[in-house]
Amino acid sequence: MNGFFDIPSDLQNSWAGLIGVHMREALLPVAAGLLLALPVAQLCGRFRWLYPPVLGTTTVLYAIPSLAFFVVLIDYTGQTELTVMIPLALYSLVVLVPAIVDGVRSVPDETLTAATAMGLGPVRRYLQVQLPIAAPAIVAGLRVATASSISLVSVGALIGNQGALGNLLAAAQKYDRPELAVNAVLTMAVLAILCDALLVGLRVLLTPWMPRAGTRPRPAAARDPEGALR
Amino acid sequence: MIRIDSVTKRYPDGTVAVDRLSLDIPDRSITVLVGPSGCGKTTTLRMINRMVEPTEGTILLDGEDSRRQPVTTLRRSMGYVIQNAGLFQHRTIVDNIATVPRMLGWGKQRARERAAELMERVGLDPSLAKRYPYQLSGGQQQRVGVARALAADPPVLLMDEPFSAVDPVVRKGLQDELLRIQDELGKTIVFVTHDIDEAIKLGTMVAVLREGGRLAQYAPPAELLSHPADGFVEDFLGADRGIRRLSFFPSAALELTTDAVIRSDAVIRSGAAAGPAAATGAAHLLVTDADGRPLGWAAREEATAGDVRADRLLPYGRPFTPGADSLRVALDCAVLSPVGWAVAVDGDGRVTGVVSQQTIGEAIRAAHTEGRADTEKAGVAE
Repeated sequence: MNGFFDIPSDLQNSWAGLIGVHMREALLPVAAGLLLALPVAQLCGRFRWLYPPVLGTTTVLYAIPSLAFFVVLIDYTGQTELTVMIPLALYSLVVLVPAIVDGVRSVPDETLTAATAMGLGPVRRYLQVQLPIAAPAIVAGLRVATASSISLVSVGALIGNQGALGNLLAAAQKYDRPELAVNAVLTMAVLAILCDALLVGLRVLLTPWMPRAGTRPRPAAARDPEGALR
Repeated sequence: MIRIDSVTKRYPDGTVAVDRLSLDIPDRSITVLVGPSGCGKTTTLRMINRMVEPTEGTILLDGEDSRRQPVTTLRRSMGYVIQNAGLFQHRTIVDNIATVPRMLGWGKQRARERAAELMERVGLDPSLAKRYPYQLSGGQQQRVGVARALAADPPVLLMDEPFSAVDPVVRKGLQDELLRIQDELGKTIVFVTHDIDEAIKLGTMVAVLREGGRLAQYAPPAELLSHPADGFVEDFLGADRGIRRLSFFPSAALELTTDAVIRSDAVIRSGAAAGPAAATGAAHLLVTDADGRPLGWAAREEATAGDVRADRLLPYGRPFTPGADSLRVALDCAVLSPVGWAVAVDGDGRVTGVVSQQTIGEAIRAAHTEGRADTEKAGVAE
């Protein structure tokens, strides 16, 4: 495995450097997608008729191959990281909008009614009740978007070496060094798994209020049977 | 006072949920809106805190139009309890209860202290404060719902079928608790239910609504049972409204007899039951222990022959407490008793006498005659 971490100099980056670039190109679009998806999903929740066309449009966007996107965008943004990140942000948006809408819709009616009846206005209700309860669904969407984004960045290798770790795949062919391809694939897989684990951790942190697998659903009921309280 | 003044709710598709409804809801009492589904009772309740806006008519709070103040201010001044509690699943019990006080700008510490105080008031163990709703039983969640509604000490409490989703035993507990809390706090409570028994148990006044949101009758529960306004109300009250009405008659005036009660040591010592017991016509005698607590019924011949054996006694069933229990309970005890006699006990469970179904029947007839005379008098007074 000699030279496994010897990155060809024309990539102008060390292995660690490539990882940094890769994470930037993969995660910034997910963040941008989330920022866009929140208001879009809020509108879809507010105006129910809006959701089907939004869902339709985003699904069509998702069907466009990333390469086609890149080719179109090169005319405007050139062979830059931005050209890679714009389609990735759109893909994230496509995954996140339905995740957030479904999450927000999963809030029970009586919870919303109670919130309204207690005098929470629409903004407070969205930020303090609907979004927190939708958090598990949103994180689930983020996991899908992040994993696919990390793997899709490598396509950027085709537009002026903007593929970060993906560039190693091209270099492997060019210099006949298959170990570079193995390096690229393994590194991306490990990154994807690490990010996923972090997101799972984030969900656990955000949702102490969810029943955990393996715990009894109603320990309080078992300990304090109704009526024996006083 | 909440005055609902000829309020109509008509939806854009033409459905009329509430039709020119007028109700005066008295302060510091429980007013129940009851009726079949689709009678507009929940819509009426929601018009009070403007979650539904009336199409016509006005709702006056202490004489002032409810539309005069901002809607969120109005809502924060009224507690709201809903079926299934509608707790915020992502907040702890104490934070759920503290929601409205926090919105009203109370400090965190003060809001939490208030929440702890309320948990105690609604009968929740303080150790549950840091739990999340999923860790509580349905009945406990509903108690949290009531505590949350009471948190900012609002003068008005709106309750929308709050106890419908819990099992009957828990429901009875919650109803009793509500009555107890109401005794202590004296809120103006508007309570929606489809359960007429619940309405009769809880209501100071009961408004029966019929389909299409029209008022069928508005009266105290006893009057509802004795004088249903029409066939609809009568049907809605059910076949046993005569029996239910007995709940409003006290059992204190029942004529008890001690002639058919003997103490077990008396039987065994003398070999024959003493004079008065022998003289009564009852086919069975109630045997008590030396302390006066009931043991069971013995056949008359066996008791008078001094041949009473604990294992041959008939069960005495459930006793009633004259004064505390109604005629309905007394009658129920007599009906359930294997010998047709009800056992009366004092607060400590000592027998004060027994009473036959026949005597209870006479008391019921007397109470009805009196009730009629009372309502006639009231009619004259008006």
